[in-house]
Amino acid sequence: MDSFFSVLDATIRVATPLVLAALAGLFSERSGIVDLALEGKMLAAAFAAACVAYMMQSPWAGLAAGMAAGVMVALLHGIVSIGYNGNQLISGVALNMMVSGLTPVLALAWFQQGGRTPTLDDAARFRSIELPFADTIAASAPLKALFGHNILVYLAVLVIVVVSWVVYKSRFGLRLRAAGENPHAADAAGINVKLVRYLAQVISGALCGVAGAYLVLAQTGAFIQDMTAGKGYLALAALIFGKWRPWAAVSGCLLFAFTDAIQIRLQGSELPLIGSIPDAFIQAIPYVLTVVLLAGFMGRAVAPKAIGVPFVKSR
Amino acid sequence: MAELAIELTGVNKYFGEVHANKNISFAVAKGSIHGIIGENGAGKSTLMSILYGYYQADSGSIRLNGQEVRIRNSHDAIARGIGMVHQHFMLVDTFTVLENIVLGAEQGVALKQSLLAARDHLATLNRDYGLQVDPDAIVGELGVGEQQRVEILKALYRGADVLILDEPTAVLTPQEADDLFRILRLLKAQGKTVLLITHKLREVLDITDAVTVMRAGEIVGNVVTADVGKEDLADLMVGRKVNLQLDKTPAKPGKTVLQVSSLSLTDARGVKLLDDVSFELRAGEIVGIAGVSGNGQSELLEILSGMREASAGSVCYNGTELTTLPTREPKAAAYRRLGIAHVPEDRSREGLVKDFSTFENAILGYHDQPAIQHGLLFNRKAIIERCRRFISEFDVRPANAFRRSGLFSGGNQQKVILAREIDSDPQLMLIGQPTRGVDIGAIEFIHKRLMALRNAGKALLLVSVELDEILALSDRIIVMNAGRVSGELPVAQATATELGLLMGGHK
Repeated sequence: MDSFFSVLDATIRVATPLVLAALAGLFSERSGIVDLALEGKMLAAAFAAACVAYMMQSPWAGLAAGMAAGVMVALLHGIVSIGYNGNQLISGVALNMMVSGLTPVLALAWFQQGGRTPTLDDAARFRSIELPFADTIAASAPLKALFGHNILVYLAVLVIVVVSWVVYKSRFGLRLRAAGENPHAADAAGINVKLVRYLAQVISGALCGVAGAYLVLAQTGAFIQDMTAGKGYLALAALIFGKWRPWAAVSGCLLFAFTDAIQIRLQGSELPLIGSIPDAFIQAIPYVLTVVLLAGFMGRAVAPKAIGVPFVKSR
Repeated sequence: MAELAIELTGVNKYFGEVHANKNISFAVAKGSIHGIIGENGAGKSTLMSILYGYYQADSGSIRLNGQEVRIRNSHDAIARGIGMVHQHFMLVDTFTVLENIVLGAEQGVALKQSLLAARDHLATLNRDYGLQVDPDAIVGELGVGEQQRVEILKALYRGADVLILDEPTAVLTPQEADDLFRILRLLKAQGKTVLLITHKLREVLDITDAVTVMRAGEIVGNVVTADVGKEDLADLMVGRKVNLQLDKTPAKPGKTVLQVSSLSLTDARGVKLLDDVSFELRAGEIVGIAGVSGNGQSELLEILSGMREASAGSVCYNGTELTTLPTREPKAAAYRRLGIAHVPEDRSREGLVKDFSTFENAILGYHDQPAIQHGLLFNRKAIIERCRRFISEFDVRPANAFRRSGLFSGGNQQKVILAREIDSDPQLMLIGQPTRGVDIGAIEFIHKRLMALRNAGKALLLVSVELDEILALSDRIIVMNAGRVSGELPVAQATATELGLLMGGHK
């Protein structure tokens, strides 16, 4: 039983940044902008969070810096794909490459630690919340798996609820979905499509910022080159798997996180008959699962109709 | 003089070199239905876009209810009580009717309140104007006629007093069009002003109170509908005498060119799209296939042109069985080689590639003819020469072989396709909707060419949803309903009523 709860615990920890990034992607893609830049937004945020948290010795300052960095990258993506009607795929990939290259260079220049940032002290990280009955929690595996997390995990849960309300029940959500489905209809209804899309980018950047900051402030404690390791793409896959719906995308994230947690446990263990499997194969499981799920096991994904198409007023 | 809802004075609009609207002045009486007619490119849409705030006039003034106004964007127009029903509906398919209506006119951050208020208001509007639209239906699942009513509701919900409809009947069946007109008359009775943009003369005569006729960016006539006839309007629109009546000599049918026997087509879900269709077509005659669209005519054309395989039955063309034709190339190409030309129903999807230059489209489907090859490459000069010949023979405007096909008007695109297909000297010509979205001048031209082809001894199979066209061109008429042939009669015995009954499957 204990191992089950430790897998659950790991699943939640791994899922949190994926969920945040997937919901970030949801805003962008529902507004009609393909968001391959999730990866870059997260990575830039992780780097900014690591630097600022280290210098100011505050996780909250780190979080704010991460969100700011995420928004900056998102706005670059916005300027290219909304302002200049550029190709959204290329913009996304280019930003990912730029951030991936720029962050270790800056880290090297500023900290001289081979492209890493210095490891953060406890004071500069988000720790598990110490509840009054902490001793009970530490003793009970099921409680620890559910309640022994840091504040960002609970923030992510709140974000899920808020996002699904915003997307389906708010004025902004209606306009967001209209912009992604038929921007010309939205335009004819007197809505500023470009503004809606820019706002979606800002929200996407901020959420990715939290996700990236989480990686540093709640997990590794330092920025490491390319530390997002495809999580942005994984989040995008979960979003598509969830057919661009918040709760379904979250369940996709949980599924990926769960296989990741299993994968960690499987590493180094001996399987009957086969013997030990090289770790590289086991580490590939979540990615293989992504491909299999997206290609085979889900119905046709119906994307927002106007996704990837720059909005140009035409009549 | 009645009170005026709209008054335009000396409105001019330029797009670069093009003078799209020249000194436009006209007035629309409050509570009337006012038609604006003109051929494609006459400047009607530009003018309406100025009224709706999409464009700004370069000079001139607009008065609404006697007050001079500046309409800077669609938001402004809506606020001043102008509503627009676009030709291509501006609706979000995945939204409900209610969501579409509320979109852009919501109150407050949360939707709930707006949706509730809209639901009430909608019920009132539905009742007042007899629109009968279900607020919870998903728009994408509604028929075209209903979607149009959603557009009208949208405008009314925003408090429109002036409703602009851009070619509203282009996508409707005759019954749906009648229904629309009933709604427009109700709107008029309630004091709304309706501006109807169209190029269909019959509609203008049926429903409008006054008409403004435009040609080449100018107003060439402001008339009271009751004072004019169809011919007067056509002449005004085109700027010369138009002959709406076709000179038709008696047909001299020759040998049988096409023999279709018990043709059937069943789709993947098991629905019979074509059911035991049989007919024959002779050289030197035009057989028209009438029917409400979606009753198997499109599928029939697709099979006969080799784009689709029949499930059962035979097609015999000049003694060759086509359904089992042994060929390694695609069937459409093989049929073409045998002398079957095809002018597809959906011009922009199947007739040409919009992003190609006209000279490229001029050889589409005939691109492997030896005459235009030059070793491994195309003989560009020969292709362009051929295209120039098409352009001059078929009076394609503007006469530019290098212009992207998508930039031409529907009528000129159709002329290029027609030229290409006729040039291949076919024995059998399959034509779908030859004049859909084509203006009057071009219709006259296209009809004449088709008639000439028939007089030259070719066999023509004409599919059209326009009954007038079927009656004008055909020698024999086949009516289709639900994939079956519901009747066949010589044109002399055909009346619109008779055909209508057969089309509805009531006989």
